[in-house]
Amino acid sequence: MNATQWDPTRPIISIVDVHKSFGDLEVLKGVSIDVMKGEVICIIGPSGSGKSTLIRCINALNDIQSGSITVEGLEVHDAKLDKLALRRKVGMVFQQYNLFPHKTALENVMMAPIKVLKEPRDEVETRARALIKKVRLEGKEDSYPGELSGGQQQRVAIARSLAMNPDVMLFDEVTAALDPETVKEVLVTIKDLAEEGMTCLLVTHEMGFAREIADHIYFTDRGVIVEHGPPETFFDDAKDPRTREFLSQIL
Amino acid sequence: MNQSIPGINKKAGTDLPVLKPYRGGIVHAPDNLLFSRWLADLPVWFWWALPLLIVVWPGFALAASNYSMSQAFAALIKWIPFIVMDGFLYNVIISFFAMLIGTVTGVVLGLMQVSPLRLIRYPAKFLTQSFRNSPWLVLLFIVLLALPFEVEIGGEIIRIPDWMKAVFGLCLPVMANISEVVRGAIISVPSGQWEAAESLAYSRHQTLWQIILPQCFKRMIPPWMNWYAILTMATPLCSLLGVEELITLSRQAIEAENNRPELLVPFYGFALLIFFAYCYPIARATIALERRYAVKLQ
Repeated sequence: MNATQWDPTRPIISIVDVHKSFGDLEVLKGVSIDVMKGEVICIIGPSGSGKSTLIRCINALNDIQSGSITVEGLEVHDAKLDKLALRRKVGMVFQQYNLFPHKTALENVMMAPIKVLKEPRDEVETRARALIKKVRLEGKEDSYPGELSGGQQQRVAIARSLAMNPDVMLFDEVTAALDPETVKEVLVTIKDLAEEGMTCLLVTHEMGFAREIADHIYFTDRGVIVEHGPPETFFDDAKDPRTREFLSQIL
Repeated sequence: MNQSIPGINKKAGTDLPVLKPYRGGIVHAPDNLLFSRWLADLPVWFWWALPLLIVVWPGFALAASNYSMSQAFAALIKWIPFIVMDGFLYNVIISFFAMLIGTVTGVVLGLMQVSPLRLIRYPAKFLTQSFRNSPWLVLLFIVLLALPFEVEIGGEIIRIPDWMKAVFGLCLPVMANISEVVRGAIISVPSGQWEAAESLAYSRHQTLWQIILPQCFKRMIPPWMNWYAILTMATPLCSLLGVEELITLSRQAIEAENNRPELLVPFYGFALLIFFAYCYPIARATIALERRYAVKLQ
């Protein structure tokens, strides 16, 4: 893996002064974030503050108007970017799971490594079964997404993303669409990952969870980063009035 | 039912808009299946009413005539083998090949319609819309008159039979409509599927063929069958151009029986019956399939 060779003193993801508009609506107005290898970053903020847009820009699902995003030295918004190379490094999990409904859980996990990375089938299958075990879904290998609960589907989606051996994982409000009782099982899975040293970027509304696992928290509002810091100082000693107002509303 | 819900059957307690519960039925496939739905839902008595009509109606018409009803039906029965084997068989053959060619070209055109390249997308849209919105009969005329009577292949002169020209004429509107069916099915797949595939490093081409199209396939079958039934119903148009099929031969048979007006209803009624008998099972199957697949839509 490239990440093992990545110089730990340099940020693995570097976001510098990113601006992004949808038509006339400017959703990111100069955002900068550095992420070191192995760090867990949580981005929080009110809806419409641009957090999901930002995370989607990191694996080039959205383009940006100015600024730069680099992932392990790859310039994400370079027109000559090798998107395959970028997306092998960056895994992404979505709010709506987006599993492929016509394939079983196991096939969902195995498809991309076989079809995209052209890895041998039996090797991929061993890895996929291990990943399904890791997300605690043993016995569900042959279930179709429609037969699984939201939390189970989301864990399959996490396993599917991990099967590509990414160096960075992006989580875009992955528990927002879940029933309250299944949120925990997904959070536990993410926590396991974070503890193993996976670099994670999470957009989340789960404040307790953010506080527990994040190394660093960023608060965004109206397209800018209002405040950031380690969880203790951020939650207990927020400086900016906007942050304090937001925290008082949800905590 | 007596439960009162604010904003639904009771005054709302807030000025904020209230989202009313969705009274959903089955989620239908992208293309509407009006024709198949109507045909499949015909009540069972229709099965008896249609033949009865053919018997009863001429009964009144013939009351004052010296040509008896049994004579008229004897004439029909005499001609049935000819009408069916030399006539309706061609309706089936024409519809089969027109559907085959229309489907293959329509799928290609439909895929072109979702191409990211304008150079491919725009001409495909133009072709689809122009053939979809042209009268079928006009298309038939153009093709029939534009195609040569015969072609020379390797020094041998081969006559193109009329029914084959009809196939080319009818496959054009079918192509355009199948193209829309394909496009509709593709865009009905949630965009999240594209994004998930993209973030797993799938190329656009791989996403389309490995993720999107396999999900579309089932959704396309009911509208596809619907179009087959509509196409079959349109094959009698060919009789206006002299192609030998059910209606052309019925007319010839009536002429051979001295053009007696009493024959019109038995003969054309029989034609109606045979089309009904052919398309009704297709319509039932279409609706049954659509119900089965609709449940599995997300």
